[in-house]
Amino acid sequence: MNLLLELFLCFAKIGLFTFGGGYAMIAIIENTCVEQKKWMTHDEMMDIAVIAESTPGPIAINTATHVGYKRAGVIGALAATVGMVLPSFVIIFLISMFLEQFMEITIIANAFQGIKIGVGLLIFDAGLKMMKKMPAKKLSRGLMIFGLVAMLCINLFSIRISSVLVMLTAAVVSLAVHFVKGGRNA
Amino acid sequence: MIYLELFLGFLYVGCFAFGGAYGAIPLIRDVVLKYGWLAEEELTYMIAVSESTPGPIMINLATYVGSTQAGILGSFIATTAVVIPSFVIMLLITAVLKHAIKHPAVQAVLQGMKPCIIGIILATGLHMMVSHCFAAQGVDGRALLITGILAVILYVLPRFKINKPSPIMLIIISACIGVVVYGV
Repeated sequence: MNLLLELFLCFAKIGLFTFGGGYAMIAIIENTCVEQKKWMTHDEMMDIAVIAESTPGPIAINTATHVGYKRAGVIGALAATVGMVLPSFVIIFLISMFLEQFMEITIIANAFQGIKIGVGLLIFDAGLKMMKKMPAKKLSRGLMIFGLVAMLCINLFSIRISSVLVMLTAAVVSLAVHFVKGGRNA
Repeated sequence: MIYLELFLGFLYVGCFAFGGAYGAIPLIRDVVLKYGWLAEEELTYMIAVSESTPGPIMINLATYVGSTQAGILGSFIATTAVVIPSFVIMLLITAVLKHAIKHPAVQAVLQGMKPCIIGIILATGLHMMVSHCFAAQGVDGRALLITGILAVILYVLPRFKINKPSPIMLIIISACIGVVVYGV
């Protein structure tokens, strides 16, 4: 089979069967790309997971881009990434055309009243899980509390400050601490 | 010009969406509320839909916002824009900058941003829960009740060896509770 087509179809399959994104995807990507296709090794997959942690965007896109490039250059990266995105694009596009009519049904509207609370809790719970895995350093804890308090104030008082600015402030503080410490050691 | 706004808005989201699926939610919330693309409530519904359909949440939200604002071309532009930064950055790292990510200064920046993002995610979740229970019109008793039930399912039942539900399962459970509590 044509390699580009194979990359496209393989990642389209991954895109179609992975729900929720994030780490749930790693197992399926590993199964397909490492065990079935032998496109990369387990170690390489772990490296990508680490890099994906440090780069913006979903890990699924990071992996598709990496594997596609390794197999067939920039065109390969493009084929794999488009394959990855296409299923969710089609599904959500179809949903977006019907969601409003759907919401007019009373029982659905009531269900979404419950769901909206579930979503808040789900986001909070994801934060808690990440917090537990966080390195137990004073600086990390301080920056986490800074992010929490800053964002709560922004939401509570409807301040027009983007969360990106809060993130970048934390980055600058951490970088400054890094250089100060480095200077002391040198 | 809505197409340009969608492109720039989601390019911005794509550039700063560190911290996995949930890291992107506070950012997307910023952008869609700023441009007035979605109301807070509609965004929450779409997060639930994205969680229950295949594919990364970030991509699903971009497709939905693009489609509701400017049809199929809009959803194509928003989805492309949100993918471009991770595509380009990953390509650069794979092709040329294999060691850039390990540079101490780069690591220092990332080590600073990650905990802060966790704080931002926690704050966003808290705000969403609290704002449903305590709206401007007063306390919503039914929302408070649902929050209580769900909190028990997530944090108390696992202590009695009842497994914590997956995100999709939790959404289904909260939908059922919503039907019962708001239906009667």
